[in-house]
Amino acid sequence: MHPAIVEPDAEILARRDQIVKKLKKLAPDAVLITDEEGRRTYETDALTAYRCLPLAVVLPGTTEEVSRIMRYCWDNNIKVVPRGAGTSLCGGALPSADSIVICVSRMNKLLAIDEVNRTARVETGITNLAISQQAAPRGFFYAPDPSSQLACTLAGNIAMNSGGAHCLKYGVTVNNILGMKVVLVSGEVVELGGDHLDSPGYDLMALLTGSEGQLAIVTEATVRLLKMPETARPMLLAFPSSESAGACVAGIIAAGIVPVAIEFMDKPAIHVCENYAHAGYPLDAEAILIVEVEGSEEEVAWLLEKIEEIASEYDLLQSRVSQSAEESEAIWRGRKAAFGAIGQISDYFCMDGVIPVSKLPEALARVSKIAASYGLDVANIFHAGDGNLHPLILYDSSDEEQLERAEACGADILKACVELGGCLTGEHGVGVEKRDLMSWQYGPADLLQMTRLKDLFDPQWQLNPDKVFPREARSGSGAG
Amino acid sequence: MQQRFHAPNSADELAEIVETYAEEGLPLEVRGLGSKLPFGRPVQTGAVVSTEKLEGVSLYEPTELVLSAGAGTPLAEIEKLLDDNKQQLAFEPLDLAPAYGGKPGEGSIGGVFATGLSGSRRILAGAARDNILGIKAVNGRGEAFKAGGRVMKNVTGYDLSKFLTGSCGTLSILTEITMKVLPKPEEVQTLVFHDLPEEAALGLMADAMASPYDVSGTVHLTEGLGASFSDAALSDSQTNATLLRVEGFESAVRYRIGQLKRKFAAYNPDTVLAATRSRKLWAEIRQLKPMQSRERPLWRISTAPNKAAGFVAALRHSLSFRTMFDWSGGLIWLEPDPTSDAGAVEIRRILSEYGGHATLIRAEPGIRASVHVFQPLEPALMALSRSLKDTFDPAGILNPGRMYPGI
Repeated sequence: MHPAIVEPDAEILARRDQIVKKLKKLAPDAVLITDEEGRRTYETDALTAYRCLPLAVVLPGTTEEVSRIMRYCWDNNIKVVPRGAGTSLCGGALPSADSIVICVSRMNKLLAIDEVNRTARVETGITNLAISQQAAPRGFFYAPDPSSQLACTLAGNIAMNSGGAHCLKYGVTVNNILGMKVVLVSGEVVELGGDHLDSPGYDLMALLTGSEGQLAIVTEATVRLLKMPETARPMLLAFPSSESAGACVAGIIAAGIVPVAIEFMDKPAIHVCENYAHAGYPLDAEAILIVEVEGSEEEVAWLLEKIEEIASEYDLLQSRVSQSAEESEAIWRGRKAAFGAIGQISDYFCMDGVIPVSKLPEALARVSKIAASYGLDVANIFHAGDGNLHPLILYDSSDEEQLERAEACGADILKACVELGGCLTGEHGVGVEKRDLMSWQYGPADLLQMTRLKDLFDPQWQLNPDKVFPREARSGSGAG
Repeated sequence: MQQRFHAPNSADELAEIVETYAEEGLPLEVRGLGSKLPFGRPVQTGAVVSTEKLEGVSLYEPTELVLSAGAGTPLAEIEKLLDDNKQQLAFEPLDLAPAYGGKPGEGSIGGVFATGLSGSRRILAGAARDNILGIKAVNGRGEAFKAGGRVMKNVTGYDLSKFLTGSCGTLSILTEITMKVLPKPEEVQTLVFHDLPEEAALGLMADAMASPYDVSGTVHLTEGLGASFSDAALSDSQTNATLLRVEGFESAVRYRIGQLKRKFAAYNPDTVLAATRSRKLWAEIRQLKPMQSRERPLWRISTAPNKAAGFVAALRHSLSFRTMFDWSGGLIWLEPDPTSDAGAVEIRRILSEYGGHATLIRAEPGIRASVHVFQPLEPALMALSRSLKDTFDPAGILNPGRMYPGI
C-alpha cells in the first residue's frame, strides 16, 4: 500500500452493509453508489498515482441531504471525503477505504444572476466554466479560471482557493466569493456573508476558502461577476535565456503595467507544446512569455506597444502581437494544451511551487539541476506575474522505482521554492501529496494554529482527515 | 486608574508579556499607534500592550509588488515610501483618525489590517484582506507564529492572514504584515454629476460598475455634504453630488471618461476633475471628510447596492441623519442626530428587512458599551466565534469584549 493511503478502521468496514442501508434511508433521493465498478470512478482524482476505493459514494441533490448524511457520519464516527469533479492535482479528493465520499456534482444549478449587484448565486457543484457561460449573455464573467475550468466545480475551487492564468489582475477564488451556505461536520447548516462586499464578525469565508474540505462542506455560494473587458489581446515574446525573460517581467511591472496574465514557458515546454498544438512558437527560444492585456482597442494597442518596447531592452529574439481573434487563439493554444501535450508523451507530476519573481532564473537553474540529479526530464510552465511555478516532472508510471524518484524530485523542487522565499503550493493545495512537506514551510507553532482550527471545526478529524497536515502535527483529541 | 503600558521591542518580548498576562488571566488592551481607540466596544483593562516599537519596513521589492513592515509602522511612512516608487496600497485603507478628532495619517499598518477597513477603491482592487499576503503574530497564549508568506499566491495550509484581518486584536496581535502593493495610476479623473434623485444616482453608480471602464470609485454625497470638501466643484454647490473615478494610463483614462460621459449624457455630467483635484478629493473621502462632526454618532452599513436606496428611504421615516454612499451604494456612511442609542435599534430593525450589517463606528463610550457596536450574529455563528476566541485566546485576555461581549 502506498504510504499516502491510511489503514482503514476495521470496525467501520465491518458495518458497511448497515451504513449503506442507513444512507439510503437518510437520503432516498440521492444517488448512492456502492458497487465496486461504480466506486472505481471515485478511487482517485487527477493525482492518479494514489488510489483507494471508498466505502460508498453519495451524490446528494440538496443541502438538507448533505446535512443529514454529515450528521449521521458525525454520530457514527465515519470519515467523510468531500468531492467536486475530482480534478485535484494533490490528492485532495483521495478517499480512504473506511470513508463515505460526498460528491456535490449533482448540485450544479445556477440559482440566480443579479445584474445590478453583479453577483450569481449557485450550487457549488456547478462547473467553473458554466458560471461564466451562463453569465456571458449579459456581458459578465466569473474571473478565476483554473486550467481545469471545463470540469472542475466551484466547490473544489473554494476548497483549494483556485487561481488561474488571469488571477494577476482579478485575484483568486477567495477574492471573488461574497457568500456561502456551509454544512458543518455536525450537520448544522450556516449562512456566511451575502450579496454585500464584506461580512460581519470574524472572516470565516477567508478561513473556509482554501481549507481543502477539512472544515465544512460548502453547498451554495454567491460569487462576484465582472463585466467582460471591451477587448483582450495577447502577445508572444521570445528570449534567448530565462534570465532575460525574468528580467523582462520585472521591467514590465516596474513600468507600472500589471497585465491580466504573464505566462512563461521554457524550452522543453515550448517544444512539446509546439509539436502538439502547432501554435507557431519559436523553437530556437530558451523561454517565451505570453502577455495579455485588456481594455479598449486603442488602450490594448498602446499597452502592447509599450510592453514590446520594454521587452526590446532584454535581448528580445522575437515578438508577435496578435492581430486577430485567430492569432490570439493560436498564441494561447500551445499554453492551454500544455498539460495535455506533455501527457501525450509521458506521465508527469505537475508541481505548484511559488517563488519571489526576482528569483526566477535561480529557481529554474535549481529545478533543472535537481531533475538532472534524479535522471528525470522536466518542463517548466510558470505564471510569471505572480511567481507560480509549474515544473512538470516526466516519469514512467509503470516503473515503481521511477515513480518514487519522481516524487522525491518533486519534493526537492518544492523545498528549493521554500528556500528561495516562496511556498509549497500556489493554487493546487497540499492534499496528500505535500502533506509531509508542510514542516519545511511552517514551524510547529505555525502548524499548531491551523490544527487547532481543525480540532475546533472537526474534533474527531472525520472530514477529509488525512490531508494537509503531517501526522505528527495533529493535535488535540483527533490525534492518532 | 493608571494603566500599565508595555511597548515591547520585539515579537519575542511581546510574546513573553502576553504569556505572563495569560497565566494570570489579566486582560490586555491591544494597540498600535492608538489612532482608532474609539473603534469597537470599550475595553477595560489594567494594561496596554502596544506594537509601536515593532516598526520599520523590512522588505520592499517594487518589481515583485510586495512589502513587509512591522505592525507599528506608521501608515503614512509606508505610503510615502510607496509613493516615492510610484506605487500604492490599492485597497485605499480608510483613515479613521480624523473621524475621531485626530490628524490624517496617524494610524499604524497593524491597525489598518486589524480593523480591515478599506476605502473607495475596494470595489475594483479588493479589500484589505484581499491584499494581505502573510503575517507574523502572537496569539493569546503567548505563542509567536507566522502564516502565509511573501509571494502573491499561496494556498499552503489555512489562510490565517486573511482570517485574522479585521479581528480587531481579539484573537492574536499582529507583529509583522506582508502585503501586496500595486503601481500608482499615472492619471486620475473624476466625473461629477449634480442634483440627481437618490435612486437615479445609485442606479448610475451600479451601471458604471457594470461597464467595462474599470471605474475605481463611486460615491454619492447627499445634499449639504459637499460643503466640507475643499474643491469648489463640491463646496460651492448646495445640491447632492455623484462622483465616478477612473484611474490608469493617461490615454486610457481620457477614453474611459469620454465613454462614461456619453453613456450617462442624460444625467448631465457637468464637471471632470483632473488629476490634482481628483487626488485631493478622494483623499478627503478616504478621511470621511463630511462625516467628522464628533457630536454625532457615525455608522458604517454594508448592504447590496440595489438595496441601499430603499433602506435609506425607509430609515428616513424614523431617524434624522446625514448620509454618504460609497461602493456604488454597497457601503453607507450615516451620521444620525444624537440619541440615547445612536439610532441602533431603528437602523438594525430596518436593515433586517433589506439584508446587510451595520457597525457603530463612533459614539460615546457609554453608548458603545450598551448597544451592539458590531452586527449581532446568528446564534450558530456567535457560538463559532466564541470557540474561535477560545482557540486563539483561551484566557480571554486580548482586547476582551472589543467586538462582542466576551469576544
